[in-house]
Amino acid sequence: MSVRTAVSSARRSGAARRLTYLTLTAVAFFSLLPLYYSVVVASRDNAALADIPPPLVPGGNFFANVARVFDTVPFALAMFNSVLVSGSVAIAVMFFSTLAGFAFAKLRFRGRNALLLLTVATMMVPTQLGIIPLYMLMVKLEWTGTMYALIVPALVNAFGVFFMTQYLSRALPTELLEAGRVDGCTTWGLFWHVVLPAARPAAAVLGMLTFMSVWNDYFWPLVVLTPEDPTVQVALSTLASGYVNDYVLGLAGTTLGTLPLVLVFALLGKQIIGGIMQGAVKG
Amino acid sequence: MATRAPDRMAAVPPKRPVRPRRRLHRHLAYQLDVKGSPYAYVAPFFLLFSAFGLFPLAYTAWVSLHEWTLLSDEQTFIGLDNFRTLLADDYFWNATFNTLSIGVLSTAPQLLLAIWLAHLLNRPLRAQTFFRITLLLPNVTSVVAVVVIFSQLFGRDFGMINWVLSLFGVEGVAWNEGVLTSHAAISTMIMWRWTGYNALIFLAAMQAVPRELYEAATIDGANGLTQLRKITIPMIKPTIIFVVITSTIGAMQVLAEPLLFGSYSITGGADRQYQTLSLFIYENFTKLDFGFASAISWMMFLFIVLVAGVNYLFTRRGKGGLT
Repeated sequence: MSVRTAVSSARRSGAARRLTYLTLTAVAFFSLLPLYYSVVVASRDNAALADIPPPLVPGGNFFANVARVFDTVPFALAMFNSVLVSGSVAIAVMFFSTLAGFAFAKLRFRGRNALLLLTVATMMVPTQLGIIPLYMLMVKLEWTGTMYALIVPALVNAFGVFFMTQYLSRALPTELLEAGRVDGCTTWGLFWHVVLPAARPAAAVLGMLTFMSVWNDYFWPLVVLTPEDPTVQVALSTLASGYVNDYVLGLAGTTLGTLPLVLVFALLGKQIIGGIMQGAVKG
Repeated sequence: MATRAPDRMAAVPPKRPVRPRRRLHRHLAYQLDVKGSPYAYVAPFFLLFSAFGLFPLAYTAWVSLHEWTLLSDEQTFIGLDNFRTLLADDYFWNATFNTLSIGVLSTAPQLLLAIWLAHLLNRPLRAQTFFRITLLLPNVTSVVAVVVIFSQLFGRDFGMINWVLSLFGVEGVAWNEGVLTSHAAISTMIMWRWTGYNALIFLAAMQAVPRELYEAATIDGANGLTQLRKITIPMIKPTIIFVVITSTIGAMQVLAEPLLFGSYSITGGADRQYQTLSLFIYENFTKLDFGFASAISWMMFLFIVLVAGVNYLFTRRGKGGLT
């Protein structure tokens, strides 16, 4: 028997503890394996895939494959578009969500609770089903094929509003706002000078979450954009669809389009996870 | 939450001395600021959601009653004809079956696994952060990347999964050709991407359960599994209901996985063996048959409400509940 960790009453046998670690390690392994293997394939050539057993360590072909990706689809443009769309949406969501979260958390107005409830309820609405009229709307606005079609509908969302409401009602002292009032601040002045600085940690997490989810959006960009002026996900799906058996090409593109996000996540994962878990606990 | 506390902020008037003539003016501006600005601050969300979320969804109903294509400027009102065609369409029922099958195969094991993983993580552990990050990593991976990666893993000739199976004497499974095999493969992708995310949501709820309950149960001699069944699950029931509903809504709208599995195919395989309802909508959308596609959307909306409602009742009344 190993030394028991006496954490209050949570005493458990060494065997159960080992089983826990074993299970979690297995889960970690299966979470990482597909990502690792895609790097392996992306750095090989197609012939290597026929080897038995399959290749298990990366090869030296990665940059040659990446060059083929850039020859096949406008990948640099796709990267630029994705950064532009994800970045501007993230900034807008941070701003508008903090603004609405401030109102819901700290201001008193008629219908506040009903409106907040309505906001949360909209998260359940399957808006994907409205995609055809949404497309028709974009045709009317002449936004099809442009990044406006991705940015404008995404400027603020219910999750962000709810997330910032939760954070501000917990973390922003009302006394601070009262002091601001005494100093003659308007409501907007309070928002600008008191709320925004105080909201920064949560807004940053929200910004990262938003950036990642917009970066990964697929269906709507596929519908409304053209293959000549795509986002990363649309470009990847072009790669994957045009060359059915060219897995190396597809996975080289995938690695390229996923790696930045995975790296950021590995570095800032703790904060991001904290944010997701905070957003999950409802009042 | 619902208490209407006296307006503390409004009770503090601006301090700066104002000349009497302008005082009334200042007072009105102040009232307008305090009473009006909250609405202005929450307005962007409601305006945007109305314009790009709710309006399109409602307008779908109107479009579904028409012979409506993008090619012609004239839309003929045809009443419920699209729905009649739809209900007689074998492809529609095939897509419905596939959606439900993939939904059950992916959601049920996923949520059980997620609860169990959350239970394992809900105790003092070394490398807690590492385990959490690896759990969420699949969710950070884009759905396109997931399908491309898994299509390779599930490949018939050079896929890693078939290679492992061949060690056990099972040879050359063509995952994307059969109904059950393709559904299993697609469900695997969905599970891989979402189990960890849901586990973290459950974990967040579990951490809010008072420690004393577990301490008392431990003194009474209840083991881990009993504690999970008798304490944890009843206590986090609201979160379970929430996750079941959102997972159901998500599962009903699965699109990218069947679209990109193997190759880009809007019919979901040669025999439509994995065409989901969303994909069926998309197929008719690309044919520019907007009226018909909208009719499918509305049927799907009904299904979602129905399935989510059934799941809600089922989860609420489920075993081990406090209610």
